[in-house]
Amino acid sequence: MTTVEEPPMAAVADFDTVGQAGRTPDVTQPYAELGLQEDEYEKIRKLLGRRPTESELAMYSVMWSEHCSYKSSKVHLRQFAEKAPKSDRLLAGIGENAGVVKVNEYVAVTFKVESHNHPSFVEPYQGAATGVGGIVRDIIAMGARPLAVMDPLRFGDPEHPDTARVLPGIVGGVGGYGNCLGLPNIGGELVFDPCYQGNPLLNALCVGVLPVGGLRNKAAAGPGNAVILLGAKTGRDGIGGVSVLASATFGADSSARRPSVQVGDPFTEKLLIEACMEIYAADLVVGIQDLGGAGLTCALSETAAAAGTGMRVTLDEVPLREPSMAPHEILVSESQERMLLIVEPQKASLVLSIAARWGLLATVIGEVTNSGRLVVTWRDETVVDVPPASLADEGPVYARPMREPSDLPLLHADRAETLPRPASGAELRETLLRLAGSPNLCDKTWVTEQYDRYVLGNTVLAQPEDAGVLRLDEQTGLGVALSVDGNGRYTRLDPYRGAQLALAEAYRNVAVTGATPVAVTNCLNFGSPEDPQVMWQFAEAVRGLADGCLALGIPVTGGNVSFYNQTGAVAINPTPVVGVLGVLDNVAERVPLGLRHEKDVLFLLGETRAELSGSEWAHVIHRHLGGRPPEADLAREKALAGVLAAAARVGHLSAAHDLSDGGLAQALVECTLRYGIGAVVAFADDVDPFVALFSESAGRALVAVPRGQEKAFLATVEEHGVPCTPIGVVGGTALEVRDQFSIPLDELRRVWTGTLPALFGSPGPAGLVEAAASSEPAGSVEPAASSVELEIEVVDEPPAAAEPVAEAAPVAEAAPDGEPAEEPAPAGEPPVQEPPADGSS
Amino acid sequence: MRIGVVTFPGSLDDGDARRAVRRCGGEDVALWHNDPDLRRVDAVILPGGFSYGDYLRCGAIARFSPVMRSIVAAAGTGLPVLGICNGFQILCEAHLLPGALVRNAHLHFRNRDQLLRVESTDSAWTSRFSVGQELLIPVKNGEGRYVADQATLDELEAGGRIVARYLNGNPNGSQRDIAAIRNEAGNVVGIMPHPEHAVEALTGPSTDGAGFFTSVLAHLSAGATT
Repeated sequence: MTTVEEPPMAAVADFDTVGQAGRTPDVTQPYAELGLQEDEYEKIRKLLGRRPTESELAMYSVMWSEHCSYKSSKVHLRQFAEKAPKSDRLLAGIGENAGVVKVNEYVAVTFKVESHNHPSFVEPYQGAATGVGGIVRDIIAMGARPLAVMDPLRFGDPEHPDTARVLPGIVGGVGGYGNCLGLPNIGGELVFDPCYQGNPLLNALCVGVLPVGGLRNKAAAGPGNAVILLGAKTGRDGIGGVSVLASATFGADSSARRPSVQVGDPFTEKLLIEACMEIYAADLVVGIQDLGGAGLTCALSETAAAAGTGMRVTLDEVPLREPSMAPHEILVSESQERMLLIVEPQKASLVLSIAARWGLLATVIGEVTNSGRLVVTWRDETVVDVPPASLADEGPVYARPMREPSDLPLLHADRAETLPRPASGAELRETLLRLAGSPNLCDKTWVTEQYDRYVLGNTVLAQPEDAGVLRLDEQTGLGVALSVDGNGRYTRLDPYRGAQLALAEAYRNVAVTGATPVAVTNCLNFGSPEDPQVMWQFAEAVRGLADGCLALGIPVTGGNVSFYNQTGAVAINPTPVVGVLGVLDNVAERVPLGLRHEKDVLFLLGETRAELSGSEWAHVIHRHLGGRPPEADLAREKALAGVLAAAARVGHLSAAHDLSDGGLAQALVECTLRYGIGAVVAFADDVDPFVALFSESAGRALVAVPRGQEKAFLATVEEHGVPCTPIGVVGGTALEVRDQFSIPLDELRRVWTGTLPALFGSPGPAGLVEAAASSEPAGSVEPAASSVELEIEVVDEPPAAAEPVAEAAPVAEAAPDGEPAEEPAPAGEPPVQEPPADGSS
Repeated sequence: MRIGVVTFPGSLDDGDARRAVRRCGGEDVALWHNDPDLRRVDAVILPGGFSYGDYLRCGAIARFSPVMRSIVAAAGTGLPVLGICNGFQILCEAHLLPGALVRNAHLHFRNRDQLLRVESTDSAWTSRFSVGQELLIPVKNGEGRYVADQATLDELEAGGRIVARYLNGNPNGSQRDIAAIRNEAGNVVGIMPHPEHAVEALTGPSTDGAGFFTSVLAHLSAGATT
């Protein structure tokens, strides 16, 4: 036999096989181009005892990527489990596709937030659309019917031309996918900051419901069971870095270099939901996993690894959109709207017939084995033969170096509390209006109008409310509340505290609806983990969040990490986005944020300190970021949530709104404009009205209490030990701060609603814009008279109101006569008006 | 009374329409796009959504489904049919109603609580309202702009076939502010806003939508007793 010196890849087949890999150990492989480090490549060779095939190399490169392996974050994320408070509600936690929380004996809810930041920058519409699609499939994979989505969004400077490209596309994509999928969008965030200019953040949350006994998992148990691929065909979309392989192997074939952003088809995903629900109802699956990042590779290896089994897959069976695809492309394609099902052989035909009824492809592509190997064949040749756990669980883990950012001491020294402040009533008025019309605080209708919030008929509260509230059970009224929040500026100044403040805000937003917070999800958006300063921010944020969850007694159930959100050397502000889920025994008891009834008494719960660093005021008025963010006192948050839940349950709250970005001033703007009913607010003489209005101290809420219920309410407040100050009365057609300023609601509304249409184009042809402004919310009844003078006697001038705000004690305690908030006598009787139809009467 | 609600692949508000029927005292019956059997229903609702993904043109594929053949035939003999949003689009494609629904003038999907004015009570689905009555009902669509040629629009006006118009701002640029129309006989109505989302104070902006469902139930009872 003669040995022939051949080019390694030639002749035998136009694809690389295991046999070939054994014969040609010295072939140079493009591992670096695929993002693998040299030692990682060596580890693969050692694992396999040979060089990996092209397909295997592609699989390892995606599974060991930061995105799939969490190799930089793992060592930190462990804290979420280690510090998790005991919860008997948790049915599935970290490591599953999404966390599952028991709501009662029979019903469970699953929810998770995930990022799709990079694709959304490259191709905003499809990036956002597939971001929604991906998180929805995670929820389906748990055995749940998806119920709703939320979308925390962050963009660069609103006036930057690229924002005008990215924002409409992302909003269009979120709406285009979610609307067509039939999931209501019930909330989110819209934040602008120049730090996100080259790295907009598209985070998407989905929540679903399942019977407690209906929880599914991904384990490919039971050798002999069929492996079924359900849903869309597999194409060349979303192959990303792996296209390097294609070009390295076959030469620069441009047709093989398709856009690495996937294209979404919400119609197919809707069919996928319905088909999966029927498959679950008939109890036809042993295991199920969605196909997302890393496509088939991830689904095959994770399902087999989870069960400790093996799998034999015939890649030729995979329905292809493009028949010319190479095996490694099929294995890593991120084509959307696909699920992997593990099914007992005798049930396979039933699964296929349900799929057919919904017009979906379903194909048996392999079977579970007890070999402990994932073996993939293509044209009768073995192209992959690896231990599945080596892909799924045994990736590299790095304890990356960390260092506190060198500029942090300087940042801390540069406190916003020392900046020039408005001094007169006129200046306060001007400041309030500038803030109300600023991009982060203005009316978000331009965005939220593009989302369906009604579909499925169980949306009880949606944006602009503090939290979305969904009814789960029409008979009992059982429901859940959800909020997602984050503040990159706070986290930049202090990642530990910033993460806790994000948690506290989401927790508070859920609590103001009257719900009891029970679980947490998070999406951690950071710069490059290879930068020690970013890694320090990450570690601190995770530590803060884990400690915070422990303090609040609610566990992290899952989440997602997004690194490399940076352009060049400049990282985004570290931005942990935290989602909190709460339970409402009866959604009819939920508390909305808008003021609805004249003469209701306004109370401020919580304590206001002069905390302005990192605030919206410093950002908008002074373009300033420095100092330390507000204190995060989680015991206070817990006490506040207790008061809110207790008061909501007995109907003592006609409105409640959390205080966060923009402080009390912004809370008043939103509460009064919601239904067009004004308020008069007064501060005690020794209270600095500027601090009272614009400080962003955490742990506070503004509540409206119906006349006659103040005493009972204050008793509840006292029981929970929460500071409480009566600050005003609902009514009139203006937002008035006694002795300082008064702003007619019409003027306030013009300022608040004008910003986004001015930035991103009128939402409609001439005539529509004005109508939009005047009819939001449609059906609201503006009081006829203007500038009603309301005389408020704040709680018979109890000592509490005369104390400096920063030292306010609980009112009930401070009012020894126990006669707070007796009927103040309005000097001029305000016009009696019907409360507007708001769906709550 | 049995009210059928069709589910096409991509129907989204079918569950809401069925809930609305139940809440208003009717018996809801599921109909399937691929099954021509109308299951002895007394009326039919084509719900909102994106039938067949609406990829070709809204309603263009749904029109050819087996169930639609039965519905078109039954509508010809007086079966009350209500098309909501995508259902309205399907009714136009099926030529049960004139005109077409095209992309909103501002090119965005828009969801808002919309004020409507009832223009005609002379239909199976609006008899319980009064002319001039104002309704607050959610509108949500990307392709809800009603268009027809001038002659058709004049004919609709003259025949009292405009069932409802948008008030306080036209959300999509519909000609003559048209939100809902009916056929000559009055048994077929197409409406762009979503009455099924306004039947419960807890989840809707009003309960004004209930009138559409109670109207048809009253219409059917009247027919049953005469």
